[in-house]
Amino acid sequence: MNLITISGPPSSGKTSVIIKTAAQLMQKGLKVAAVKFDCLHTDDDIAYERAGIPVKKGLSGALCPDHYFVSNIEAVVDWGLQNQFDVLVSESAGLCNRCSPYIKEIMAVCVIDNLSGINTPKKIGPMLRMADIVVITKGDIVSQAEREVFAARVHAVNPAAMVMHINGLTGQGAFELASLLMTGRREITSLKGSKLRFSMPSALCSYCLGETRIGASYQMGNVKKMNMEEQP
Amino acid sequence: MISNESLLSASIATLHKEYPYINQFLEAYPFLSRQPHDQPLARILLELESQDEDLAFDAQSFLNQMREFIVQMQEFLGQNEGNVEVITVLPGRDKHGNPEAYESVELLKGTVTSIVGPTGSGKSRLLADIEWVAQGDTPTGRSILVNNRPPDTDWRFASGRKLVAQLSQNMNFVMDLEVEEFLMLHARSRMVNDAETLVQRIIAKANELAGEKFGPQTPITALSGGQSRALMIADTAILSSSPVVLIDEIENAGIDRRKALELLIREEKIVLMATHDPILALMADQRIVISNGGIAKLIVTTPEEKLMLSELEHYDRKMMAFRNQLRIGGLLHELKES
Ligand SMILES: Nc1nc2c(ncn2[C@@H]2O[C@H](COP(=O)(O)OP(=O)(O)OP(=O)(O)O)[C@@H](O)[C@H]2O)c(=O)[nH]1
Ligand SMILES: [Mg+2]
Repeated sequence: MNLITISGPPSSGKTSVIIKTAAQLMQKGLKVAAVKFDCLHTDDDIAYERAGIPVKKGLSGALCPDHYFVSNIEAVVDWGLQNQFDVLVSESAGLCNRCSPYIKEIMAVCVIDNLSGINTPKKIGPMLRMADIVVITKGDIVSQAEREVFAARVHAVNPAAMVMHINGLTGQGAFELASLLMTGRREITSLKGSKLRFSMPSALCSYCLGETRIGASYQMGNVKKMNMEEQP
Repeated sequence: MISNESLLSASIATLHKEYPYINQFLEAYPFLSRQPHDQPLARILLELESQDEDLAFDAQSFLNQMREFIVQMQEFLGQNEGNVEVITVLPGRDKHGNPEAYESVELLKGTVTSIVGPTGSGKSRLLADIEWVAQGDTPTGRSILVNNRPPDTDWRFASGRKLVAQLSQNMNFVMDLEVEEFLMLHARSRMVNDAETLVQRIIAKANELAGEKFGPQTPITALSGGQSRALMIADTAILSSSPVVLIDEIENAGIDRRKALELLIREEKIVLMATHDPILALMADQRIVISNGGIAKLIVTTPEEKLMLSELEHYDRKMMAFRNQLRIGGLLHELKES
């Protein structure tokens, strides 16, 4: 089975791109499944099911969804292997832009959209910087110049990645992504012993554990303070 | 070839001097600019690695990415950009698997080809084939030649080398910038020399195409539909890196379409135009007829059609004049051609 991790900011077009790309793979006779990791709510499972793609969803609730991803991806992979899928796609929405759910030697795709603003590539950190393929969506509604500027910014942050433009609505570009994923495919039989591409932060403070009161005496664990003297 | 070692021994100041474009890359690491600029990078990275968790920073991948960026920039700057003379589309098959019945379509620099056919007939696929530089490996089985040769696979992967620029009626400016600022941003991202002159030229050209004039300080999101289209076309003609320009159904309102095509031709673009407007279709040198996902035929615009074009343009001017007459509250009556 092939595992592909796809992540990107909320509403950037991940599900749209995955469904269009999966359709191309399924046309070639491959069995494709998906898993969605999110925080509080997602309807993506319905979208996948409607597209004929078997799906699992995991909501992290009070936990960071990327930490939750790492603790659960192995079980999801086992589910995929048992069901003999050819391709398993994991979708996760990067929320704080700090983590990235990419695993060494597993294809990593970051989906960002042209509408998110030209400073976004700088802001999203490892999720963009460590991806093998960067997919830019929503090019159908902005100008050529904006597409070029945005792509240049992406390239500056991750020069090693292959940058592709996909229209999540029409699926233009999805065929190309599908062939790219198949060229770079790598069969896996387990994730045991695999490693994350980037460490996740060890933010563990009293608020992670449910504290609601404000004030220094309630703050315990890994607490970090702003420097109020420093320039903005 | 640049090595990680040579980068490690350089200071930030030296990097800036040797690779002026490195700024674009370093921008994503604002904490680096707060480090001493005269110290070797090796020392700075060692220092930063002790706080890497806060910065989400990995020195090794930073270094690899920086090297990759420099290598690609050197390649990009060293390449002769106006180098696509002709793109050739070799036949594949239509949706039903029937072979396409044309020999080859040549798209030459500085010429216009229109694309006609019902919606959903396969225009996007044709475009995607060109963009991907298909080598018999797309659903149509077509092959694309660049300058009469199969291209090196690099075409697909280099982000700075997109073959096709696109303009369509649905596209809008979304950035919160003024015209001049915006064009400067685009020019800088393209790393052209003499950005100011180019930007002024784009503004002047766009104003020639637009019905109503606009200034360099107008916010791009405040431009009218016609003005936006005019600016997009002038910018794409003069500043886009892509040799091929696809225009998708540009409406007649607020923009001089003939002048727009002339500008793209003068800037030596390979122009493709999806349209059902007879005036636009006949302005082209040739047209591709698409049906059932395949290219059904290639028609070279005939001399007779060119004659019809001037007749159509006559009606078009007449309609335009009537429209203006209506707009200013006048009565419609036979107008003399100017
Ligand atoms: N115009 C346009 N809209 C798009 C494109 N791609 C996606 N969309 C729209 O953007 C919205 C969000 O798309 P999704 O695919 O749900 O995004 P997502 O990243 O999966 O979102 P979450 O999983 O909720 O984070 C939907 O309304 C899509 O129809 C595109 O290329 N162009
Ligand atoms: Mg989604």
